Amino acid sequence: MSSRIVHIASNTFREAVRDRVLYNLIAFAVLLSGAAIFVGQISIHIERLVVINLGLTAVSLFGIVIAIFVGIGLVSKEIEKRTLYTVLSRPVPRWEFIVGKFLGLAGTLVVNTFFMAIGVFGALLYVAHTFSAPDALILVALYFIILEFLIICSLALLFSSFSSPLFSAVFAFSLFVIGSFADDIRGFASLTQGVTRWIATAAAYLVPNFSALNVISAVAHQQPLSLQLVLQNTFYALFYTTMALSGAVLIFERRNLK
Amino acid sequence: MTGPRRTTTIVAAGCLTISMVACILLLRHIDEIRPPAIIDDALYVSSPKMVKAASLGFDGMMACIYWTRTVQYFGERHFNHEHTYNELAPLLEITTALDPRLFPAYEFGTSFLAPASPQGAGEPARAIQLMEYGIRHNPDNWKLYYNLGFIYYTEIKDYEKASQVFAQGAEVPNANPLMKVLAAKMAGHAGDLATARLLWSSTYESSRDTLVRQNAIEHLRAIQVEEDVTRLQSAVTRFGERTGRLPASMRELAAAERWPGIPVDPNGHPYMLTSRGLVVVENPDDFNFLTKGLPPGYKPPPLPKFHMHT
Repeated sequence: MSSRIVHIASNTFREAVRDRVLYNLIAFAVLLSGAAIFVGQISIHIERLVVINLGLTAVSLFGIVIAIFVGIGLVSKEIEKRTLYTVLSRPVPRWEFIVGKFLGLAGTLVVNTFFMAIGVFGALLYVAHTFSAPDALILVALYFIILEFLIICSLALLFSSFSSPLFSAVFAFSLFVIGSFADDIRGFASLTQGVTRWIATAAAYLVPNFSALNVISAVAHQQPLSLQLVLQNTFYALFYTTMALSGAVLIFERRNLK
Repeated sequence: MTGPRRTTTIVAAGCLTISMVACILLLRHIDEIRPPAIIDDALYVSSPKMVKAASLGFDGMMACIYWTRTVQYFGERHFNHEHTYNELAPLLEITTALDPRLFPAYEFGTSFLAPASPQGAGEPARAIQLMEYGIRHNPDNWKLYYNLGFIYYTEIKDYEKASQVFAQGAEVPNANPLMKVLAAKMAGHAGDLATARLLWSSTYESSRDTLVRQNAIEHLRAIQVEEDVTRLQSAVTRFGERTGRLPASMRELAAAERWPGIPVDPNGHPYMLTSRGLVVVENPDDFNFLTKGLPPGYKPPPLPKFHMHT
């Protein structure tokens, strides 16, 4: 079982890496990190703040775009090219196919994040001339960004398991935007009453809470992050990913591929 | 359904359910330990014009988001015993820039932006600017004139200006007839407790915001106590003039004045008499905004308590 999943994952990784869109997006993210240097010079004494904020935001946003645009085609492309039937006839259980695809895309994003992070650290070294102990917090922020990618990959895969690429992209991006405002949804819920409160609260807990994983501002201001927060966010991302992948498996198991 | 497929379905459904519950439970814990960066994020762009431009036409939705954050900001700082509300003015300015017709924001500004700390942000000038902005964009709303006049009366103590503003508001079509009364009261009886009671009563009755109504109730309770203390203190003076001494207790005073019982405060506790003949409340901590009836040497608690019912 595990070897089949690993093979599917590695093939997914190879295929994603060959996608030219990926290189363009990584290049843009690195350029944006570099541009942060010039933006920081406009405001004295906050170059470091601007580089970290802009750089990490670029890593996060471009990574999300990569996750969505690669993720939405994971299943639909295989169906379109008819390669899915060959894979499933091996036989490879459908759930292993889904898990393998997810792991391949997740691996791709981890590697991309590594290269984009080099751009951020390079820009930071240029403005600050040296690294300091609080800069290690940037690694925590990057780790949380990777957790965001895991969630968005699983959601892209969930939508890809039953919908067309266009709608999958719309749904996944919409959930990303809504999830970024999860705190505000909870705020709305607290101001309402009755059935509306219940619905709003349920929605607030069901949408992926990207605001909980966004510590870019805290890191830029060198606010400490507790190990408990790191652990709980890790478990949250893993459980949410599991939830989305379980949904994808349930749907894909029943999908008529003819 | 075949065996392996059924197993996959059961396992996947179980994983989905367990994961969903785990996510909800974890989020509640995560909320408690997250770094407090929300307001920094909210005001990363502090210019109302830039926020409006960035909202890409979805001004109404952004106004709702900023309004929610404003209420959360004030509520959190208030209940965490913070004494400053530095971001309240920018948050209200952004909210009203995005939606000039978000009237609860102006009410909020009147009640909590103008008053001094710890009741509010202590920025009456910015509160006045906020109301004037609202009036420019909503000239037919008499309540904004009311709010502006309220600030001039309670915080600036410029009764002549307050009278002018109430008079202007009275000219607005469909204005509450109270506006003319207030304009007249400001002109002649601005310092009266009766005028203050009228203002706070109308604030309570005309507002739907819970915090604003609570604030109005607290002021009305304080006014009630001040009226009672003034009346009781006059009775003490009369007793002294008649007998040449101070009453030994409130019971003696009540008997001398032929009251049916010992006077009580809005909480139902009897007023007390000090050895120096001062009328004081039994529990001063239960009343906010008191200027009379406080025991000598009394220091108020850090933050006002809110009572919803009088």
